[in-house]
Amino acid sequence: MNQVTTTTEQIGWNREQMAQRCAQDIEDGSYVNLGIGIPEKVAQYVPDGREVIYHTENGLLGMGTAPNEDELDLDLINAGKKPVTAIAGASYFHHGDSFAMIRGNHIDVCVLGAMQVSAKGDLANWSTGAPDAIPAVGGAMDLVAGVKTIYIITLHTTKTGAAKILPECTFPLTGQGVVSRIYSDLAVIDVTTDGLVLIELAPGISFDYVQARTGVELIHALN
Amino acid sequence: MIDKRVVSCASAVANIKDGDTVMIGGFGEAGSPIELIHALIDHGAKNLTVINNNTGSGRVGLAALIENGQVVKMICSYPRTANSLVFPELYRSRKIALELVPQGTLAERIRAGGAGIPAFFTKTSVGTPLAEGKEQRNFDGEEYVMECGLKADYALIKAKQADRYGNLVFNKTARNFAPIMAMAATTTLVQTNELVELGDIDPEHVVTPGIFVNGIIEVSNPQQESNLVKEGVIYPATAANISADLNTDEGEK
Repeated sequence: MNQVTTTTEQIGWNREQMAQRCAQDIEDGSYVNLGIGIPEKVAQYVPDGREVIYHTENGLLGMGTAPNEDELDLDLINAGKKPVTAIAGASYFHHGDSFAMIRGNHIDVCVLGAMQVSAKGDLANWSTGAPDAIPAVGGAMDLVAGVKTIYIITLHTTKTGAAKILPECTFPLTGQGVVSRIYSDLAVIDVTTDGLVLIELAPGISFDYVQARTGVELIHALN
Repeated sequence: MIDKRVVSCASAVANIKDGDTVMIGGFGEAGSPIELIHALIDHGAKNLTVINNNTGSGRVGLAALIENGQVVKMICSYPRTANSLVFPELYRSRKIALELVPQGTLAERIRAGGAGIPAFFTKTSVGTPLAEGKEQRNFDGEEYVMECGLKADYALIKAKQADRYGNLVFNKTARNFAPIMAMAATTTLVQTNELVELGDIDPEHVVTPGIFVNGIIEVSNPQQESNLVKEGVIYPATAANISADLNTDEGEK
């Protein structure tokens, strides 16, 4: 008979569930910009009855789903350079106007990935600072500087188990004090002037388990 | 009479000089004026500074211009993309310079350059390595970084429709940087899928007014960068490549 090995590992939300959890907080009528990767999945989970307009910084408001074969147009792509469609009521514009929407505070929510987030809401998500890396920033710095609310979806730790939520980011910053809320596989954490406040735990996850994997002392709002 | 039509891509780019700054439209392949870029490769002007969001893919278009040794400096926001082979190698061996600019700052620098604004302040990049060495000012309690407008000797862009005055309409997200680059360059050259009569474009629908355009070349069936990359096309085709192609053809017959 196989013996069941008990481990201390606790499994939280998977990628789909992280996106789904974040989508609950996108309000009806929002203009939203989604980053590449897990953030893209948020669009699939916005609750029924809410009308949300997706902005892609390469010049489209009203981005739809991926095209089927006969809709494919290589001139209609998203910021990740993947083909998309435009919804009825969409609009096209040039890069100057697109980033005026961003820099001018007209976009309500942006969801991005992270390499590191600090206790003060600093974000590092564009470079590890490695000397041989080709530096590439894209629109990330403009988005965090200009969009009203920045949500981060990220695994709580790196592949090697190191904390990504830290007192200070060690990688080059994307922006200072820009993050509002973090959705990890383990918890939902708000960045406040008092510090990082844990407002929700993934099912089966304990506060102590999250705290042990976080580089900053968390405030437990569920107590 | 105003007639900005030019007979060929080759004659359009013929006056681009060594050392010129050239803005090239496109976000990835969407809006990339590939025939004009290939004409610039044939023309051979060197020591160019090129402004584009990326650095091209495969060994055609912008990547081929870089590979051909004509570009000394790239000003861009994202010099890596899928199939981006040429730039990373040259950058690592220090054979090409890079000025990395956040994408929105790049767009606004180009817009400002075209609008006669020498510099502006933005919150983008405050507190990051990309703000280092730049003047900062505080407005209403917030820090801003000063960024300078960008101009160019030439802009090479792609449109969907053009008339002989240079009024332009674009296709979907292929518009991207083209309208602001047209404003920021001394000479703007446009390859258009279709040339139309004056009045065919409703004045309410003109995206780039003709005042920003200097030369128009009709390229009715432009090549698609990703297709060329998939087929392994290298521009310019070397003698060795051409003979290999011929051999393949013979082999198939």
